[in-house]
Amino acid sequence: MIAAGFNRAQWGYAVLVVVGLAAPFYVYPVFAMNVLCLALFASAFNLLLGYSGLLSFGHAAFLGAGGYVTLEVIRAWRLPIELAIIVGTVVAVLLGIIFGALAIRRSGIYFAMITLGFAQVVYFLVLQMPWTGGEDGLQGVSRGKLLGIVNLQGNLAMYYFVYAVFLAGFWIIHRTIHSPFGHVLRAIRENEPRAISLGYDVDRYKLLAFVISAGLSGLAGSMKALVVQSANLSDVHWHRSGAVVLMTLLGGMGTTLGPSVGALIVAALENYLASYGSWIAVITGGVFIACVLAFRRGIVGEIRALVKRSF
Amino acid sequence: MIQALSGQLLVGLINGSFYALLSLGLAIIFGLLDVVNFAHGAQYMLGAFVAWMAMQYLGINYWSALILVPLAVGVLGIVFEQLVLRRLYGLDPLYGLLLTFGLALVLEGIFQNAFGISGKSYPVPDLLQGGTNLGFMFLPRYRMWVVVVSIAVCFGCWFMIERTRLGAYLRAGTENPVLLQAFGVNVPLIRALTYGFGVALAAFAGVMAAPIYQVTPLMGSGVIMVVFAVVVIGGMGSIAGSIITGLGLGLIEGLTKFFYAPASDVVVFVVMALVLLARPAGLFGRQL
Repeated sequence: MIAAGFNRAQWGYAVLVVVGLAAPFYVYPVFAMNVLCLALFASAFNLLLGYSGLLSFGHAAFLGAGGYVTLEVIRAWRLPIELAIIVGTVVAVLLGIIFGALAIRRSGIYFAMITLGFAQVVYFLVLQMPWTGGEDGLQGVSRGKLLGIVNLQGNLAMYYFVYAVFLAGFWIIHRTIHSPFGHVLRAIRENEPRAISLGYDVDRYKLLAFVISAGLSGLAGSMKALVVQSANLSDVHWHRSGAVVLMTLLGGMGTTLGPSVGALIVAALENYLASYGSWIAVITGGVFIACVLAFRRGIVGEIRALVKRSF
Repeated sequence: MIQALSGQLLVGLINGSFYALLSLGLAIIFGLLDVVNFAHGAQYMLGAFVAWMAMQYLGINYWSALILVPLAVGVLGIVFEQLVLRRLYGLDPLYGLLLTFGLALVLEGIFQNAFGISGKSYPVPDLLQGGTNLGFMFLPRYRMWVVVVSIAVCFGCWFMIERTRLGAYLRAGTENPVLLQAFGVNVPLIRALTYGFGVALAAFAGVMAAPIYQVTPLMGSGVIMVVFAVVVIGGMGSIAGSIITGLGLGLIEGLTKFFYAPASDVVVFVVMALVLLARPAGLFGRQL
């Protein structure tokens, strides 16, 4: 009955959900969790770049803030894990409101430079504040129990928790994109003066998109920090902000699944190249150049174009 | 007290000179090519490193390096423009930003692999060693040289762009490249040369910086973010604006280092936020 109502796209999603359920039995669960967190991060970023046309070069600030705050409130205030995640996300939302309200006063490349600058402020704060552990970061925080019942120290239990959060976040993004609000965002991306002349308060739409994106990035950061039970400077470094741009670009900006595909590839790349040290930067940079030159639509975008052409 | 304050102000003035040189190059490139050259910091690093390598392996001294290194790095820039960057003209400027970001990662990664992250030191040339005692502070000769030369180069660029025929082509190309080409001016050639010039300016700043800062593969990435903030504050529309903003922010940074050192890394970005609040278009900017 339900199955009969599925269209082709929904079948595709159903298959992916099953793949996600089975994943921890076939790949190393911590790697799979890491991919899910990065996929949520990139999808949240894509809401901004792909659907609103705003390139933020400072999204690591939200990821890092979510992670650091979540771990710190668990360690210092002994908050239960679900509350800690909420606190981390709320802090990212607040940061998003401040940064967003200032950054949307300029557009295009200036927007990118401003967000990059604000993220540097967060980086230096994390480096210098007493509770963030400076160069060492925060380490060895226990995951604890979900709702006081489910012990998350086991990787399998943690995986399904992360997976549930990922699906919820992905669903929020999906709903946002396909809502009237999402259509207005696309209208602004395509032709801002026209959207203004139609009576839309463009700045409010942009700000809301920025805050949603920042909040979900913070959520992804909270989860990621809990997975590895640590947060360090690389989470707030501009390399991380660049990496999320790469994930989105590589997978396909403005596509629903693209950022997740990009996250999977970048995470795998970082995993396999971890022993090569700074060659990662060279290869990442090379992939960036290749993407911009050869396939700007990204992997999912190219596949979609191919399918459209052949049917 | 006075000594420490004037010492920090001098450091600020020197940092400001580099901000001015770099933001000037960035503005010139952006004006004609519509590309935000994210690799500007990496090219500045390249300048310092090539000068260090030239001295280490070829025995080329500071004075020759000051001419030869910017030329060599500038030529590399032109090759990059011709082979790669050219293909993005007419697209959204965001792609140029992403492409040059990739280039910056590649350049930094290569040098990090070859030389590690520890700094190399480059000796101050004999002629500029020592300094003058002004009574309230000691003024090293090399630092004075950096400030004077940077201001002279900035002024030279301003003069070239605002007062010469070549500069008129450049300004015309910024306003309307299609019309300029219709008048028989070779716009693609001017674009390539402009990119090469901007890159050479970054490399020149790099050579000048080599004896002052440690030469490291990552020396460019910290600077470029401050320079971006300078560009947001000053606006890229005016050459004089980017020079004044660069020097001014260097001084503000120096003052902050004196009064409250931990804030000196972020003060530029705080100023950026304040300017965005008060004058969203930037101090010297015209359009949003």
